[in-house]
Amino acid sequence: MALTDVYNYYRRMEDEQVILSFKGEFSAELLTSILHIMESKMIELSIPMQMKKRVFNVLVECFQNLYHHIEDDFSDFQMDSSKNAALVMVKYVDNKIMVLTGNYIPKGSMDELKRKLVLVNELDEKELRELYQQRLLNNKVSQKGTAGLGIIDIARKSKNELGYEFVDVNDDYSFFCLSIVIE
Amino acid sequence: MEKLHIEGSAKTPSVSFDGQVGILEMRGRSIPENSIEFFQPLMDWVDAYGSQATSETRVDMKLEYFNTSSSKCILDLFKRLEKINNGQSQVLINWFYETDDEDMQEAGEDYAAIVDLKFEIQEIDEI
Repeated sequence: MALTDVYNYYRRMEDEQVILSFKGEFSAELLTSILHIMESKMIELSIPMQMKKRVFNVLVECFQNLYHHIEDDFSDFQMDSSKNAALVMVKYVDNKIMVLTGNYIPKGSMDELKRKLVLVNELDEKELRELYQQRLLNNKVSQKGTAGLGIIDIARKSKNELGYEFVDVNDDYSFFCLSIVIE
Repeated sequence: MEKLHIEGSAKTPSVSFDGQVGILEMRGRSIPENSIEFFQPLMDWVDAYGSQATSETRVDMKLEYFNTSSSKCILDLFKRLEKINNGQSQVLINWFYETDDEDMQEAGEDYAAIVDLKFEIQEIDEI
């Protein structure tokens, strides 16, 4: 990479209206820092309280999905510098916040994740609320404290269809891209 | 019985459970990675309180927002309070939400729909 590419990266992010971007290992501490940064950014942008809380909610669920899931499945991972590596980006376009995440997932987990995404995208607000209530009552919390409600909650807070894509990487892994719009 | 007092943090709410007067309050945000770790002492406290509850118990829930992991634990906490409500103590849940925060209002309504306790859902200026 030439040094001038730094400028190209900068320009690209500026043009895409990226207000925050992080690539690296996901951890609990990182989440705290990102929430902190987003809090001040959203004050600068005069984002209303309800939308702010929705952005926090979505970021929290994305992060917690990411690292709980990463702990599970990656015992034999040898792709990049770190198995916990993932990407999170936040854009602010037309008074909407867009959260983008990208991470590797084992192909074995793809179908279940896809099934969840297809389901929440088919449901309207009322149906999502009913599904949430029903799962809240019936799901057991795992040892790690996950409740299987993350994607439903993200869909409820977004009130938009969730965008997703699985990029084929090799026989064992795909790269999962998720985009969530909050208005 | 001993009061339960926990200071709030960036990811966990403040907790103030006073068994002498029967007032239990949670305030702030609840987004811990593992909510069971955080909520277990609260559950244990409520179970112990059950055998010596005052005739009325008031629970003030003043949450800014919470993650899905906490939502399950909050339900479990209410389920434990349901047991006390059977005879020992009249339990009232005051569920507060900030003005215009329809998500927290809905969350309160959701709990009221699935938990057999008296709920009052109240709007306040700021939590």
